[in-house]
Amino acid sequence: MPAAGPVSPAEEVVAAARARASAALGVLAVAGHRIGGIVLRDSSAGAQQWIAALKSRLPQSVRVVRLPSSATDDRIFGGLDLAATIASGTPVAERGVVADAHGGVVVIPLIERMPVATQARLGAVLDTGVAQVLRDGVCAAFDAEFTLIAIDESEEDVWGVAAPLRDRLALVLDGDVRVDESMLPPASLIQSARAMVAQVHASDEVMIGIGTLCVAFGIGSERAARQALWAARALAALDERMVVEESDIALAAQLVLMPRATRVPAPPPDEDEQQEEAAPPDQSPPEATSSDTPPDAAEDRPMEDRLVDAVAAAIPPELLAELLARAQRPSQELGRAGAEKESWTRGRQVAARRGKPDGVRRLHVLETLRAAAPWQRARARARHAGDVPARSLIVERDDFRIRRYVERAGTSVIFVVDASGSAAAQRLGEAKGAVEALLAESYARRDRVSLIAFRGTTADVLLPPTRALARARKLLASLPGGGGTPLAVAIDTALTAGVAARRAGTLPVIVFLTDGRANVARDGKGGRAESMRDALDAASQFRASNLSSVLIDTSPRPEPMARRVAEALGARYVPLPVVDARAIAGAVALARETA
Amino acid sequence: MRVAFPFSAIVGQEQMKLALLIATVDPSVGGVLVLGDRGTGKSTVVRALPALLPGMKAVEGCRYGCDPSANGARCDECRERALHVPKGKLPVTDKPVPVIDLPLGATEDRVVGALDIEKALRNGEKAFEPGLLARAHRGFLYVDEVNLLEDHLVDLLLDVAQTGENVVERDGVSVRHPARFVLVGSGNPEEGDLRPQLLDRFGLSVEVRTSDSVAERVEVIRRRDAYERDPAAFLQVWDHADSAVRTRILAARKRLPTVQVPDAVLHKAVELCVELGTDGVRGELTLLRAARANAALDGAKLVTDAHVRSVAPMALRHRLRRNVLDEGGSGTRVARGITTIYGNG
Repeated sequence: MPAAGPVSPAEEVVAAARARASAALGVLAVAGHRIGGIVLRDSSAGAQQWIAALKSRLPQSVRVVRLPSSATDDRIFGGLDLAATIASGTPVAERGVVADAHGGVVVIPLIERMPVATQARLGAVLDTGVAQVLRDGVCAAFDAEFTLIAIDESEEDVWGVAAPLRDRLALVLDGDVRVDESMLPPASLIQSARAMVAQVHASDEVMIGIGTLCVAFGIGSERAARQALWAARALAALDERMVVEESDIALAAQLVLMPRATRVPAPPPDEDEQQEEAAPPDQSPPEATSSDTPPDAAEDRPMEDRLVDAVAAAIPPELLAELLARAQRPSQELGRAGAEKESWTRGRQVAARRGKPDGVRRLHVLETLRAAAPWQRARARARHAGDVPARSLIVERDDFRIRRYVERAGTSVIFVVDASGSAAAQRLGEAKGAVEALLAESYARRDRVSLIAFRGTTADVLLPPTRALARARKLLASLPGGGGTPLAVAIDTALTAGVAARRAGTLPVIVFLTDGRANVARDGKGGRAESMRDALDAASQFRASNLSSVLIDTSPRPEPMARRVAEALGARYVPLPVVDARAIAGAVALARETA
Repeated sequence: MRVAFPFSAIVGQEQMKLALLIATVDPSVGGVLVLGDRGTGKSTVVRALPALLPGMKAVEGCRYGCDPSANGARCDECRERALHVPKGKLPVTDKPVPVIDLPLGATEDRVVGALDIEKALRNGEKAFEPGLLARAHRGFLYVDEVNLLEDHLVDLLLDVAQTGENVVERDGVSVRHPARFVLVGSGNPEEGDLRPQLLDRFGLSVEVRTSDSVAERVEVIRRRDAYERDPAAFLQVWDHADSAVRTRILAARKRLPTVQVPDAVLHKAVELCVELGTDGVRGELTLLRAARANAALDGAKLVTDAHVRSVAPMALRHRLRRNVLDEGGSGTRVARGITTIYGNG
């Protein structure tokens, strides 16, 4: 990296981000659909700058189309062409956006708003290069090889890009994605690199290097390895070389593989290596191989080993930790299960109904045509005197059918677990057991589950509503205990989560597991009296929201405080010492029924 | 359209490949559920099937691809036609075995079939337009991300797969036609949400993981790269291996009806099911069917303990009384049961 003159650490971070964003841009411009695309996790403005820079470097002939995340499946992948269908009287297929973008780039802003199933279908199209349409009386397949740019503006700790799509997109830029124009390769170089990238040679050593990196960093996806190889080819082509070199793989690995790392290879290279390698040719002292001077000290080690060290060393440890956390962060889920309610816009499609289409209610073309079909002869005869051509279709207002869906309003169980150092800590294990029993039941009932833990001064949403119970269980098992009991904050957080769950169309049930002995107030300060007052105040607000709840008293003996809090919450009170997990499940089931 | 990656060139994934071969030899084992992380090549294996599988004979001109053999299931149209030809012998044509990809977002009318809108518009005629289920008849129906498919569609697929018949009563059409296919579903349990009811109804289930062996991973990258750069040349290299597998499938199908299960082997297989406490007899039946197909693929006349043993995990893992929170636990339980009954090694 060019570092002329003294630079502050902050400037260095910015420069590194710019370099990364620029490198990713070059790779995407050259490798295109071969690597699927990129996720830009930034504000719209930053992403737009990146995309504008990309456009300026791509040949004029490459189309860049925007696809709103609210687009319907028929517009994205293809469907029934209404005008042509009515004109011809036979179902006519219409190309979707992805087929129109064949050979080009598709940009999807606010990908977090796009339904998971739609994202999964985009992923399938990226895989096969073909958009297959089987809907509304249409059966067709269109060529659709394109590069996808997904702009993800969701919260820090979740993915807006659904997992099935994420795996197909080789690159991720997080935070500030803006590029420095001066760092970018000129358009002419990109054009020549695009032409030669498929011919760039990758030796067997390169393949071994990438395979080793995947294993070392715990990357299971074979797709990722393939994408890294193409990225390395693109980098070589940008350097006007016909052969992939070690530096290309190292950079490709940073761009493609690191964001998917699930583990870090044996950390300090100096110790581990000397034990592992049977006869290290160069017995240099440990300081000489410290991570700041990566490969040269061990020139004659195989390339793949040098690569693992170089890639691991190129990333600061805290960033690596962040990357690992990110790889594990949950993604949004498809909503279903529970009691059904009718909807005009989403859910499972059910029989269309007669009605007038408007902004919300959408016309069901096929059903409308079906409704109109039997009357055609009669209508044609009736209008024969008029100027209506005999072969056109006559659709009348009564024929209009609108789409109707049902959504299922499932239950959403929100566990609020006291992980503080008070009496609850001793019983945390038992509380976990009770939660597990409830989880098992929730699983069978296909409820959504979310998990809030509170200790110290904060209450954190460890798990947003999900049906991935395995994850809930893992999180719970690794939940540490200790610290104060910020009960007021916990109740506030539970209230927010409960209201959000209700707004999302589910029936929330909140299960508190605590001994009720608050000792941290809303302002984060200690003091039992103050804390208790805040907790009871929070509880009365909670009660006003009419959310169904249960409080499980986790103290060794029934705790009067816990009972008081439960009363203030309007929650069913269940002391843990006298009941087993089954009884708790029973109490929750009761709360669920009255939710 | 891109040509598919050849079956024989797929590195590893032995369990999944074996499960699909077994289903090819004896489709009555039921569907195959493939669980595993993304990018582990599940789809690649399924998409390799069309080029691998030997072709089949079908009634010429039949929209459902009916089986021309005497005991094959027939659609109404073929039954009607058979009445008017000598000895009921319908003309026969060669057809590739269908491997149908069910795209997420497909609507029910396209899956089960519906009123032929064109004929209805043009001639006011009530005709049936077959859907995906008709196209998949006698082949495979693949649903990637089966957990993202709408529940009612999954239920419908499982239902038809089990009964072998698609019954359509909608839009004023009333049609039934044979639809025997092997349902192959893939999913990622980490993403949550594989209903227990769904698990039970697949015949076999396999877990797919990427190998942690560098050599194996490198070989995957190497072959994939060679394929991407020159698909035609790559196909040619693997053509021989693929046709060897094809020959093996054909031989196994022929042998299957004569493969015997010795009493001792049968006893031990049942003991294993008892030991594991599998629900109902479906587990035992599937285990034996899979073991017979496995023996047939092996060129054996008799099923041995080894044949049972190697298919026991895929036939039984998803049939144990589950503790849902015991992740990956059922695999270990089956392994333990196998060791108890069959010993080590």
